[in-house]
Amino acid sequence: MRTICFYFQVHQPFRIKPYRFFDIGEDHYYWDDYSNRSIIRKVAQKCYLPMNELLLELIRRYNGKFKVTFSISGVCLDQFELYAPDVLESFQRLVATGHVELLSETDAHALCSLANKEEFVRMVESHKEKIKRLFNGYEPKVFRNTELIYSDKIGAMVAEMGFEAMLTEGAKHILGWKSPNFVYQNSVDPNLRILLKNFQLSDDIAFRFSNKTWSDYPLTTEKFVNWINAIPQEQEVLNLFMDYETFGEHQWAETGIFEFMRSLPEAVFRYTNFSFSTTTEAARNAKPIAKIQVPTPISWADEERDLTAWLGNDLQNEAFTKLYELEAQVQKIDDPDIIRDWKYLQTSDHFYYMCTKFFSDGAVHSYFSHYDTPYDAFINYMNVLSDFILRVKNKLKALEAVDK
Amino acid sequence: MKVLMFGWEFPPHISGGLGTACYGLVKGLVHHKQDIIFVVPKLWGDEEPLADFVNASDVVIDYRERKFKKIWKNLTYLEVSSFLVPYLGPEEFKKYTDYTLHDRTDVDESVFSNKFEFSGKYGKDLIKEVSRYALVAAQIAKSKDHDLIHAHDWLAYPAGIAAKEISGKPFIAHIHATQFDRAGEGGGQGPVYEIEKAGLLAADHILAVSHLTKKVVIEKYGVDPNKVSVLHNAVLDASIIQSSVRKNVPEKIVTFLGRITFQKGPEYFVEAAKKVIDRDPNVRFVMAGSGDLLNRMVERVAELGMGTKFHFTGFLKGKDVDDMYAISDVYVMPSVSEPFGIAPLEAVRHNTPVIISKQSGVAEVLRNAIKIDFWDVDAMADAIFGLLHYHSISKMFKELGSEELKKLKWEHVAAKLVTVYEKLHQEQP
Repeated sequence: MRTICFYFQVHQPFRIKPYRFFDIGEDHYYWDDYSNRSIIRKVAQKCYLPMNELLLELIRRYNGKFKVTFSISGVCLDQFELYAPDVLESFQRLVATGHVELLSETDAHALCSLANKEEFVRMVESHKEKIKRLFNGYEPKVFRNTELIYSDKIGAMVAEMGFEAMLTEGAKHILGWKSPNFVYQNSVDPNLRILLKNFQLSDDIAFRFSNKTWSDYPLTTEKFVNWINAIPQEQEVLNLFMDYETFGEHQWAETGIFEFMRSLPEAVFRYTNFSFSTTTEAARNAKPIAKIQVPTPISWADEERDLTAWLGNDLQNEAFTKLYELEAQVQKIDDPDIIRDWKYLQTSDHFYYMCTKFFSDGAVHSYFSHYDTPYDAFINYMNVLSDFILRVKNKLKALEAVDK
Repeated sequence: MKVLMFGWEFPPHISGGLGTACYGLVKGLVHHKQDIIFVVPKLWGDEEPLADFVNASDVVIDYRERKFKKIWKNLTYLEVSSFLVPYLGPEEFKKYTDYTLHDRTDVDESVFSNKFEFSGKYGKDLIKEVSRYALVAAQIAKSKDHDLIHAHDWLAYPAGIAAKEISGKPFIAHIHATQFDRAGEGGGQGPVYEIEKAGLLAADHILAVSHLTKKVVIEKYGVDPNKVSVLHNAVLDASIIQSSVRKNVPEKIVTFLGRITFQKGPEYFVEAAKKVIDRDPNVRFVMAGSGDLLNRMVERVAELGMGTKFHFTGFLKGKDVDDMYAISDVYVMPSVSEPFGIAPLEAVRHNTPVIISKQSGVAEVLRNAIKIDFWDVDAMADAIFGLLHYHSISKMFKELGSEELKKLKWEHVAAKLVTVYEKLHQEQP
């Protein structure tokens, strides 16, 4: 049985407010409540609410034959609770249909899988708890790491935590001649199945849909179904992975993206031999074809599909190192504010804003950053981190004083 | 292409940035095999032989030529309607205008002698020299074959217009600074503004040193945006300078280097310094240069009680400038209005991280710099603190600096200019 697996990433970071060096030691609240709230509200109106509505309609219309998978970051869920309970409820309604899967990820949409195993496990646990609490005891079985970052080693850690499958990018330099349209296995622990993003067809929807200079513009369901039919019969799983904000936010409603999604299931059912599956179903139902070797981490970002959007330049490296140096100290402190800030500071977006790859992917980067330059982003983050370090130190001193 | 170029100064005898920019541009154009006839009011004989130099002081004018009379009539009008030279105080202004009004005949006679000894300076007789220069330009345009006319800043615009009057070739007005940069909002009046405006409107094409300047040209002079191209400045030497000079204080040094005048925003630097010193005692601030606001800055520093941490060096030149860049940990250029601003690129050559105002043209081309609004003292202080405390930025600036400078060479600028030349040449009827 051939199947299409839609997975949508839902994520919004807690953005940091403009924080000057003279605030260090004075002001311990870092988050830009105003812009976080207004961005959540804006995206809710343009994307989350109308698209959730549409998906619910489709799930009902096809009586469960159309299904999708979501991964919602913990920091995003926190913001739904704070600013958009209506959005949270609409996701709860979707999950309650039984035809919507939720994935596991790190609570803070963090890069901790690259820094520290203990922290990684803790972050996954706390996200699990959050999902359980908010979605009626729901337990995710499949894992997706921040930005689809994956390596053999990370896969092994994920397998150890008991997950059945994990998602990542069908990066060309990993696959070579091989196709992403099969289920693969982790090279360390073959029990962990790996689903790979078909970036060609995913990005046709996510990035190129409204691009008038694209030779295939406009994208219609007829065209898309023809492309799907062109996939060789033995290739079984088509993974369409994308940001959920594609619908209505990156691609505005005026582009016809909602109409495209509304009529796609019908076209698939009528003209192809594909069905729709959740990631768990896709991973379970297909026979794994081979182990996949990924010695150095890959991701779904930029042309290089590597980590350079978040780590690699001096700014990112300094911020990342200084942050994770604190891990052991933070664990000794039982203070809700410290724990919250420790989490939120780990969100990958803060490092993304510091990226200096201006030339090739600069346009995409500036679209996602509210800072003028990566240097501004870095200075602001480091000011906040400096204050956080002071707080951690002071707390520890206070604890030691009590012990004595 | 044979280009008839009018400047006002040329290295090594210069008093402003205009001469340096002309030198770089001519050097770049020679690299691209362009023929340049470069006219300056006064030649000293030790200029690098890059162009066919013409000394305006040596040109004999044949004033029987009918067209010359017409040109002169226009110029006289300009002079009579103005009476003044920029940068004069009110009293001097009165003296000078009286003199001009009563001595018109003298001016006419000296201007119409066969030869005229230009000073080539920016003195009291500037307008007179500008007029005479235009007459010489007409004579040169008659005797020297050329395809295009290219004039640098308002001093040479009447020359460009006059040359075009004679040869009919396309006239390019290059604008390195407008009167609004020099005089602030009051720039929109007076003879310099009038000459500038006449030149810009008469030009077939305009070259602005930045998008910022292009905007001013369009908005304040009513020029058609389609005839303005942006041609950024560049560095003469893109190499990194390894200096052996070491600072003899343990503290970090943050430097302002430039004229201490309204346009350069020194007061914002002083206010930002106060904010940094309040939080970090291990910093010293240096204000290098002189200018009309120097005394006020000294007073303000004393008033803020940071005299032991904030130092004034007075006017620096030559090696002292280089040494100042070399011992600085941060260089700040908080200009209120800077058409381009080459100094930050010199700082980059010394591996010194820079903070520049968004109100400077150089901010359009320099990527590895922190950019702030000149008035945002908090952001400036924050950037200074960030550069002093978070070392990866300075490290990155150092790593990327030489790469970045290589992109900012005059030969690249000249290549762009050649395409402008060619387009104008082809469009010519």
